[in-house]
Amino acid sequence: MSENLLEVKDLYVNYKIYEGILKVLNGVNLTVKKKEKVGLIGESGCGKTTTMKAIMRILPDNALIPNGNIFYKGRDILKMSDDEIQKIRRENISMIFQDPTAALNPVLTVGAQLMDVIKYSTDEELTKREIRELAIKALKDVALPDPERILKNYPIMLSGGMRQRICIAMALISAKELLIADEPGTNLDVTIQDQILRLIGRLVEERGISVILISHALGAVKGLVDKVYVMYAGDIVEMAPTEKLFSDPIHPYTQALFKTVPKLTGGGIPEAIKGRIPDYINPPKGCRFAPRCIHAMPICMKEKPPLKNIEDEREVACFLYE
Amino acid sequence: MRIPIEKFITPDRKDSIKRTWYKFSSNPLSIIGLISVLIVTLSAIFAPVLAPYPESWGRWVDFSQACQPPSWKHPFGTDIYGRDILSRIMFGFRYDLLMAICILAMVVPTGTFLGLIAGYYRGTWIDTVIMRITDIFLAIPSIVLALAICALLKPSLFNSMMAVSLLWWPWYSRLAYSIASSLRNEYFVLAAELIGAHPLYIIFSEILPNCLAPIFTKMTLDVGWVILIGATLSFVGLGAQEPTPALGTMVSVGAKYMPDYWWMTIFPALAIAFTILGFNLLGDGIRDALAIEEI
Amino acid sequence: MVSYVAKRLFYSIFVLIGLSILIFTLTRIIPGDPARLALGPLAPEWAVERLREKLHLNDPLPVQYIIWLKNAIQGDLGESLVSKRPVVKDFLTYFPATLELVIFSTIIATILAILIGAVAGRYANSWFDNLARIFTYIGISVPGFVWAILLLFLFGYIWKVLPTMGQLSPGLPRPPVRTGMMSIDALLVGRWDVFIDHLKHMILPALCLSIGRIAQESRILRAGIIENLKKDYIAAAISYGIPERRIMLSYLLKPSMIPMVAVMGMDIAGSMGGSYIIETIFNWPGFGRYSLWAMLNKDLNATIASVMLMGMFFAIFNIIVDVIVAYLDPRIRVMERAT
Repeated sequence: MSENLLEVKDLYVNYKIYEGILKVLNGVNLTVKKKEKVGLIGESGCGKTTTMKAIMRILPDNALIPNGNIFYKGRDILKMSDDEIQKIRRENISMIFQDPTAALNPVLTVGAQLMDVIKYSTDEELTKREIRELAIKALKDVALPDPERILKNYPIMLSGGMRQRICIAMALISAKELLIADEPGTNLDVTIQDQILRLIGRLVEERGISVILISHALGAVKGLVDKVYVMYAGDIVEMAPTEKLFSDPIHPYTQALFKTVPKLTGGGIPEAIKGRIPDYINPPKGCRFAPRCIHAMPICMKEKPPLKNIEDEREVACFLYE
Repeated sequence: MRIPIEKFITPDRKDSIKRTWYKFSSNPLSIIGLISVLIVTLSAIFAPVLAPYPESWGRWVDFSQACQPPSWKHPFGTDIYGRDILSRIMFGFRYDLLMAICILAMVVPTGTFLGLIAGYYRGTWIDTVIMRITDIFLAIPSIVLALAICALLKPSLFNSMMAVSLLWWPWYSRLAYSIASSLRNEYFVLAAELIGAHPLYIIFSEILPNCLAPIFTKMTLDVGWVILIGATLSFVGLGAQEPTPALGTMVSVGAKYMPDYWWMTIFPALAIAFTILGFNLLGDGIRDALAIEEI
Repeated sequence: MVSYVAKRLFYSIFVLIGLSILIFTLTRIIPGDPARLALGPLAPEWAVERLREKLHLNDPLPVQYIIWLKNAIQGDLGESLVSKRPVVKDFLTYFPATLELVIFSTIIATILAILIGAVAGRYANSWFDNLARIFTYIGISVPGFVWAILLLFLFGYIWKVLPTMGQLSPGLPRPPVRTGMMSIDALLVGRWDVFIDHLKHMILPALCLSIGRIAQESRILRAGIIENLKKDYIAAAISYGIPERRIMLSYLLKPSMIPMVAVMGMDIAGSMGGSYIIETIFNWPGFGRYSLWAMLNKDLNATIASVMLMGMFFAIFNIIVDVIVAYLDPRIRVMERAT
């Protein structure tokens, strides 16, 4: 674990909408090493998906990137030509979308979509038969029964869990080095979600690829990833190896976030974090969490705390640890 | 800080009108539509004052001025009786607008009321009867039915208005029905029923207000369509008769003198296009500004 | 699917019966004596009385209707009061020409609507899109007969490159009638010159029938494309590295075309309705011109028959279109099976 596969540096993303400019990403820094499994957690709407879409370069047209770099093996994705990024999408990085129902084209069969992905994932000329066999194998790899039938089906004929598995199968074909999994299984019930997460864990382990796993199911992330980034309102607020983060969270936001997780023992309603994610048109000037933070100091309102290394493999962005 | 609770309950009315106007006016096409509609309406209302030759509207004859091509004196030329085409077009707006207004005045209340009743009694025989009848009227392109009915009657402006009214109400029934039946089981309707409100009270006071915006928008768009169908009828000779300056009639009368005296038919034809275009742009602008999707 | 079509057909029959009652009643309750209207004020009283007898006008209205319906089911729509031939025969003579015109205009309309709508949607807010939007508004707003007048003026007198009247240039022989559609008849006897000349005659009337449709359908397609471009499945397809051309053609165009196809049944029927006026203006000897002429001459039997035929086509086109939509959209098929 040495070489950096992916390095997001000081990434800003804005969205232009009718009401004004949403300043969503506020200088995100994040690193993924080869074969490393990284978790990314935070409330919904804090910019996790935006970061991932920026990496894939599939942000919507109203998104602007005023500043930042995304280095993939040392080369900036944001400055690549269309052909180059296309090659990376085809062969190196791929993404599992949040909602498998929305990510599958409703009017094409699963087979048509899966076989398209296979066909364009390589420069080799595959025969129809080879493509079909690879498609069946891909479905078998994600433990789907009766792949022959599924190829002929339309997404609407399948259950949510099956659709999710199909999305994983499609993403894995073109993710030979890095897989981005955006809240896989969130819309499914807990047992299936657990199966899905374990499936992803097993597959990336087998194939030796890196993974970024986004989730707000904190417990799910725990067993699967090596290190965790915590994100709040477009900022990375804390990074730590998984064990350390869970046993000893240090950023006030992380601490608050862990308190919201319902516990089997103790009972009662989990303690919600007071307030809500700030308005992105006029975000707080200093630390974006300051208005909700119980430890907020005067400086927090004025300056943005930098992400600092406080001990080995551990970073935090908070003035409490200056 | 205490925020007054009213802020959360009813949005500021003035503010919402301002916002709607902002959205409407930020689309230049809507503004073009509004201006065209204003031009048409104002020249219709003030035609006797604004028209350069107000006597041209009727049975006026001045053979010394007959068949003049467009000039400074007669911007759109004159017809075979020497009547000024521009003046006749301005009077023509009157007839076309009047027709649209009369038809909508008959059709909108009737259609809406029937649709509301059918929607309120969704699933009962009342619903079946009303909506199946509307299906019959909508089972054929309206122009064909309009032609058939008008042809049976004596051709006149009044009869063509009756014919169009007869086949136009089902559109409003369908619109009102779709809204009413979707609101049928909302809590505010059920609550009114629970306290024993009269069905008519519920229909008019609870359901109708929710239909007004889409119906108003559809009316704006329909002024254009009604003028279109009316012009088509008078074009084939089934609407207003010469010498009444209805635009469709002018086009068809002028078409007889087509290559040589092209202005007699081309300018009224363009006037029809201008009017309908104006109402369509305006209606679309209103629909987008109010974010109405039903129509 | 079969049961769905059967259900639709069954329902359409009810609507058509309703339509026939409506139009039949209208023809009988108009002020004045239909027989007198048909024969004109100069006809002698005995002739009027004979026609009254023939049309069963002396019977009560429901009886008249039942007689009409009985005959109609047996394929007898009565005699045209103007041409003195059975209406059905007249229709068979004139209908193919209209069908040919409507098919031709549908081909023009569909191709252009897809091209304009797809490009305008993909490159929304570009100069092409703005141009297309202006065209769309004008196309929807300007009535067919105004287009006809403008095109006649343009091509008939200013820029004489296209014929404006009739089906064939004088001097060319009419091909023997086999299908009734002159383009096909010309091909059957191998007369390419007749075929080409006939197509040229078809361009202007077909254009008048299709401009409004191009405008409306391209607008719907554009809206669908803009809507679907925001969908996750497009972003997903890009992220899998599928080339843009492929995404546009199969991932984007297919779902976006569904709402456009859904209105095509109405639009084709609308073109047939428009043919009443357009055929008359361009002197196209089809069903539309015949019907309008029959209506203007108070030919009651032909009027009723013409309205009923329109109703039938309207129903059939809509059912066909619904089947195509269900074919394009598996979601509808699945829901159909569930109900």
